[in-house]
Amino acid sequence: MHKYIAKRLLLILPTLLGAAVLVFFLLRAIPGDVCEVRLAGSGLYVDEAEIELCREKLGLAKPLIVQFWDFITGYVVWDLGDSMWTGKPVTEEIGLRFKLSLQVAIMATLVAVVIAIPLGAISAIKQDTWIDYVVRSFSIAGIAMPSFWLGILIILGLLIGTQHFLGTPWMPPIEYVSPFKDLASNMAQLIWPAVATGYRYSAVATRMTRSALLEVLREDYIRTARAKGMTEKIVINRHALKNAMLPVFTIIGIEFAFLMGGLVVTEQVFNLNGIGKLFVESVQAQDFAMTQQLVMLVVVIAVVTNFVVDLVYAWLDPRIRYA
Amino acid sequence: MKSSLFKQGVAAIVGIAFALGAVTVSVAAPKKGGILNFVVGSKIPSYDGHIESTFGMIHPIRPFYSLLFRVNPDNPGDPTDFQCDVCEGNIPSGAKGGTEYTFKIRKGLQFHDGTPLNAHDVKATFDKIVFPPKGVASNRKAMFKMVKSIEVPDDHTIVFTLHFPSGAFIPSTGMPFNFIYSKKDLDAHGYEWHKKNVNGSGAFIFVEHVAGSHVAGKRNPNYHHAGKPYLDGFRAISAPKMSVRLQAIRGDRAAIEFRGFPPKARDDLVKALGDKITVQESDWNCALMFTVNVNHKPFDDKRVRHALTLAVDRYEASKYLANIAIVKTVGGIVFPSHPLAATAAELEGMIGFSRDIKASRAKARALLKEAGAEGIEFDFNNRGVDQPYKVVGTWLVDQWRQVGLKPIQRVQPSPQFYATLRKKKDFDVTVDFNCQSVVNPIADVSKFLCSAGNHYSGCENAKLDAIYDRLLKAETPAQQRSIMREFETEVFDTAGTALTLWWYKINPHRSYVKGWKIAPSHYLNQSLDQIWLDK
Repeated sequence: MHKYIAKRLLLILPTLLGAAVLVFFLLRAIPGDVCEVRLAGSGLYVDEAEIELCREKLGLAKPLIVQFWDFITGYVVWDLGDSMWTGKPVTEEIGLRFKLSLQVAIMATLVAVVIAIPLGAISAIKQDTWIDYVVRSFSIAGIAMPSFWLGILIILGLLIGTQHFLGTPWMPPIEYVSPFKDLASNMAQLIWPAVATGYRYSAVATRMTRSALLEVLREDYIRTARAKGMTEKIVINRHALKNAMLPVFTIIGIEFAFLMGGLVVTEQVFNLNGIGKLFVESVQAQDFAMTQQLVMLVVVIAVVTNFVVDLVYAWLDPRIRYA
Repeated sequence: MKSSLFKQGVAAIVGIAFALGAVTVSVAAPKKGGILNFVVGSKIPSYDGHIESTFGMIHPIRPFYSLLFRVNPDNPGDPTDFQCDVCEGNIPSGAKGGTEYTFKIRKGLQFHDGTPLNAHDVKATFDKIVFPPKGVASNRKAMFKMVKSIEVPDDHTIVFTLHFPSGAFIPSTGMPFNFIYSKKDLDAHGYEWHKKNVNGSGAFIFVEHVAGSHVAGKRNPNYHHAGKPYLDGFRAISAPKMSVRLQAIRGDRAAIEFRGFPPKARDDLVKALGDKITVQESDWNCALMFTVNVNHKPFDDKRVRHALTLAVDRYEASKYLANIAIVKTVGGIVFPSHPLAATAAELEGMIGFSRDIKASRAKARALLKEAGAEGIEFDFNNRGVDQPYKVVGTWLVDQWRQVGLKPIQRVQPSPQFYATLRKKKDFDVTVDFNCQSVVNPIADVSKFLCSAGNHYSGCENAKLDAIYDRLLKAETPAQQRSIMREFETEVFDTAGTALTLWWYKINPHRSYVKGWKIAPSHYLNQSLDQIWLDK
C-alpha cells in the first residue's frame, strides 16, 4: 500500500508542472492585457504612456521567461502574487471566495447523495417497472438540463410565485452571509444553487448507482447470499450496495472537484461571490496572475480528489493495491 | 351635450388633481434615514479615481469623496450647469482673457479622519492629476494640457493659470474622477496609498469593502452641504450579470442600478411592478461609431469610406433600434443637446445624414462602382457585448448589405477586441465608441483626430489637427461653435470614423428612491447626497 501511495504521489508533481506551463503560456498567447481592459475599456480617453506605465508596474513588460520564473518560484516561497486587477494578494482574494464555493459544493453533494443513492438503488431493484422508468426519466432530465438554466427557472419561479401568492416578489439574497452569523439568510441564499447543481449532480450519480448495483446483483456471491436464505434487505444493504458504491464514489469525487471551480455560470445566475464568479471576472479582465492561480487551484483540487479517490478505491478493493 | 360637458369637467378635475399630486410629490420634504441598496455591474480595480476609468469604481467610491465642483445634481441633464462642491460661490468664468480661474474654498471643511480640508489639499490633488511625477499614473493628465500652474495664495483660495484660454478647462476640472485627496495623506503615504485606502470628505464615510460582494458607507455627519446626506448609508452590491441586477430591483434586493438597462428590461420591470417603478431616461454621452482601416485596401480610397457611411439609415434606426438597444439619438460628433452640437438642419447637410436614404444609397453604389469595390467582402470587427455593440453591429451588417457589400462580422471578447484596435489593427472595419463622463465637447472630439492615441483608422490629416488647435484655443462660445462645425465637416469628409447613433440611458428604479436625477453619463451625479427614501 505504501508503494502504491508513493507512486501516486510522484505522479502529482509532473501533472502540476505541466498544468502550470500550459496555463501560463496559453494565457499570454491570447491578445490583450489587463492594462488595456482596465484603462481603455470604458472608452474614455487614455494616454498610451499610461498603459505602458501600468504594464511596467504589473511586470507585464518583462520577458516571458522571467515572468514564468517569478510565477514558479512564487510557489517555493508561498508568494502567489497580487491580482493584476485589484492589486490585492491572490491568496486573500481566493480565500474570501473559497468558503462560499466550498459550502455550495458540500450542500450540492449532500443534495445529490440524498437523492441519488436511494433512487439509484430503488431503480435497480425495481428494474423495468414503472418506478424504474420514472427514476430514469427524472435522472435523464437532470443530465439534460443545465444547472444554470434550472437556476434561472428557480429565481423566476420564486419572483413570479411570491408576487402571485404574497403580492410582493421575493428573490433569494444576493449577498453572502456566513452561516455562523445568520444561518437563515445563508440558507435562503445558498439552498437554491445547491438544489440546482445538486439535481444535475444527483442525476449522474443516480444512473451510476443503478447500473453498478445491477451489475453487482448479477454476481455469484449475491446468488450465494440469497441461496443461504438471507433476507433481500441484508443482501442489498450489506453485500450489493457496498460493492456497488465504488464507481459512485469516483463520480462523487470528480463532481465535487468540478463544483469547486466549475460553477461558473450558476454562480453568476445566483450572484454568488465564489471561485467560479472570480474565474469569469479574472478571465474577462485578463488578470493573468489571478487566472493562472485559479486554474492551478482547480488542478490541485482535481489531483488531490483523484488521489483520495484512488486511495479509497485501493482500500475498498485489495485487487487494486496489489496490482 | 350635457353628458359631454360633465365628462370634460370630471376630466379637468382629475387632471388638476393629478397635477397637484405631482407637484406635491415633487416638493415633498426629503425624509432622513434608511440604507440605499444599489447594484453595480462592474468590479472595483482600485479606489483611486485619478487612475481608474470604470463606473465599477465610481458608483461605490465617489460618495466618499468631494470634488472641487460638480455637475449640478438638481440639473444634471444640462451639460453646462456646474455647481461648487468644496469651492463656494459661482463657477468662475475666467479672468485675464480666460487664462486665470480663481476658486474660493469653503471654510470649516474636513476629511473623514478629521484633518481640515483647505486649498492646499485641492492643489495637492490637482498637482497629482495635472503634473504627476515620473512613474506616477494619472489617466486624465492629457485633458489638462492647457494648465500652466496651480497656485495657493492663501489657505482658502486656489488659482489655476492656463497657457491659453480653453473651453475644455471647466468641464475637465469638474470630472467625477477628480477626487479631492488630503495633502497630508499624499505627503505621508505617497501617491499609491489611495489605491487601497479611502479618506475623503464626501457625503459618506467608508465602512467596508468585501471584494466581489459589496461596498458599504455610512452618513458623514460633518458633510459640508447643509442637511445632507439624507441617507444613513448605502450598500453598493456587486452583480456583474444584468439579469441579476434586474431581478434584484424586481425582488427589492436593490432599489436602483445607476448605469442603465435596455428597453426590454425597463418594460419588464414596469409590467411587473407598475407604479412601484419610476423610469428616468436621457441621452447618453457615448457615441457608437464604426472606424475604417485606411491602411487596408480598398478602404484607403475615400470613396469607399464615404459609401460605408452613406449606406447607413440613422433616422430609421433611431425609430426601431431604440426599442431593443440602448441607442436612440441621431447626432454628430458633439453630444446632441450641447450648445456646440450641430442642429438637425446642419447635420442633414453632412455626409451620411441626409434624410433621403434612397439617394444616399444610390450614391454609395455609384461610389463603390467608381472605386472598383462593388460587392466586396470585408472583415467587420465587433465587441462581444450585447448592448449595444452586437445589436447595432448586426444592424450595420444589414445596412451595408443594402448597397451590395458583404461584411463578415467577427465578434471578440473585450480584451481581444481592444488588442485588435490598438495593437494588431487587423480589421477592415470595426465598431468603435466614444464614451465620456462630463460633457466636454472640445476634449471629447479629440477622439476624431487622426493623430489621437485612441483613434484607430490610421488616417493622416494635418488639417484636422490645425482646426482642432484653433478650437482648443477659441475664446467665445460662438467661435467654438463655428470652428466645431468646420472640424465636424472635415471629420465626416475624412470618414476614418463615422457615427451611428448616440447611446440612450434608461434608469428604472424603485419609486421610493427620491432626489436622484438622471445625468447624460453613468459617471455623473453619483455623490448620493441628494437621495432620500420615501418609505
